[in-house]
Amino acid sequence: MALDDLYREVIMEHYRSPRNFRELDDATVSLTLTNPLCGDEITLYARIADDRIEDVTFLGRGCSISQASASLMTEAIKGKSLDEAVSIMSDFRGMMRGEPVEDDESLGDLLALSGVTKFPVRVKCAVLPWEALRQVIAPDQTPE
Amino acid sequence: MNVSLIRKDFPILHQRIHGKSLIYLDSAATSQMPLSVIKAIEEYARNDNSNVHRAIHTLGERATAHYEGARAKVARFIGAPAPQQVIFVRNTTEAINLVAWSWGMNIHPGDELLLTPMEHHSNLIPWQQLARRRGAKLMFMPLRSDGTIDLQELPRLITKKTRLIAVTHVSNVLGVINPIQEIISAARQVGARVFVDGAQSVPHMPVDVKALDCDFLAFSGHKMCGPMGIGVLYGKADALEEMEPLMFGGEMISTVSLETADWKELPWRFEAGTPNVVGAVGLAAAIDYLTELGMDSIHAHEQQITRYAVRLLKRIPGVTIYGPEHPRGGLVTFNLGDIHPHDVATVLDQEGIAVRAGHHCCQPLMRWLDVPATVRASFYLYTTEAEIDALAHALEKTKEFFGHGIG
Ligand SMILES: Cc1ncc(COP(=O)(O)O)c(C=O)c1O
Repeated sequence: MALDDLYREVIMEHYRSPRNFRELDDATVSLTLTNPLCGDEITLYARIADDRIEDVTFLGRGCSISQASASLMTEAIKGKSLDEAVSIMSDFRGMMRGEPVEDDESLGDLLALSGVTKFPVRVKCAVLPWEALRQVIAPDQTPE
Repeated sequence: MNVSLIRKDFPILHQRIHGKSLIYLDSAATSQMPLSVIKAIEEYARNDNSNVHRAIHTLGERATAHYEGARAKVARFIGAPAPQQVIFVRNTTEAINLVAWSWGMNIHPGDELLLTPMEHHSNLIPWQQLARRRGAKLMFMPLRSDGTIDLQELPRLITKKTRLIAVTHVSNVLGVINPIQEIISAARQVGARVFVDGAQSVPHMPVDVKALDCDFLAFSGHKMCGPMGIGVLYGKADALEEMEPLMFGGEMISTVSLETADWKELPWRFEAGTPNVVGAVGLAAAIDYLTELGMDSIHAHEQQITRYAVRLLKRIPGVTIYGPEHPRGGLVTFNLGDIHPHDVATVLDQEGIAVRAGHHCCQPLMRWLDVPATVRASFYLYTTEAEIDALAHALEKTKEFFGHGIG
């Protein structure tokens, strides 16, 4: 069934038990975004020092796709340098635009979200947390 | 009413979505067009298309006759005393904005505008902006726990300061049918004008502006079997006379010099530029279609379907239904356990079922309900009990798919 393509095991697992789902007391930046279409909301917290994302967490409410995407995102970028995080973000955004994935390694578990592209109305759910990240680490890049 | 015959009139309903028969439960957002409407539009485009009011030639005469005939038809449909009180606009939203800008010039600092927390953003934000522009105060009627307006509070809220009450006839989320009559008679005591958002009532039940005695009524063609891009603002003659035109240009003037111009009489002074004649033709055909079946019968059918839907959905553990049980307009808004409405709607779409998921342009109401979003199934003259059965079945499947944590 096509649904299994969207709701892969990894996604459902992250949705049910999201990682890094808490406020970050010593965050150096935080940002709240809402999806005006559905009211989904995410607050991203990050502690950034020496151009490195030392810690990153989130809070929010939304559908399985936006929550799993946020959870997977925090795992993927935690401990990474800003340059590395920007590169992962670009790869992810490319995948959401339906571009072929060049670097499987870089995306790792995030590849589970590739099925979202078959459900165009849900792409905006998956990119919401990444848009929050973009505004924090790459404000000059154009929004999706 | 013979629903299986009616369904034959709607070609769009007979298609497969993801291999399943389409079940269209989103008519509160946009309803579908019967063949007679599609044909009327085509006939007009094939034979009569041309500009209105300006032409001396035959096609121009025909187009003008179509356009003004549609206006007269709308007037009869809602019981308006005269066609001049029917102004064609794009949709409900435009009608509300027209009144908020134009009639809004009569609002002064300290005046009060009274609304409800269940208004569609279209019937909230234009008034918010008006209040801000003119220094007026926005007030809201409180709701009881089932989402109905608490009428006992009205005497406190409707005072000499109240200049305008803007209220939806039927809520697009809760399905509440508001006691417009009571609100209007309270408004009459203090001389306030009443704007009725009829987007969810005019398509679904008989609405008579003379019986209601409202000052303004707005509705959209695309929610009543007509095409998009055509809507109606009805106004009482004296209320419309209190309004200056908002847009200027061709079609709306009588005499023009280089320095000044006079406006045409009602309703044309509010219809600057070439109007949506083909939209008006489609709307007129939609009104013929609805009238032929009878608004009473349509309303009765929807009531029956809605009662059936509420009964069936209530039986599904984990389903929370919002709004009063009965009476309610032809829609059911609900949540399924803690499964997000987007996820519910995606699974239902795979079953060929079209529902709406989100805040339905009612963010303040979502906050009042204390939910981020909801699922809405809405019904119309072509909805069958079998489709409701399919919805209930698909919801059970959705629960299975998401598995855990539900009732
Ligand atoms: C109660 C209500 N008011 C206003 C509107 C706005 O209608 P339109 O988008 O046609 O302007 C809607 C439609 O969604 C509605 O349900």
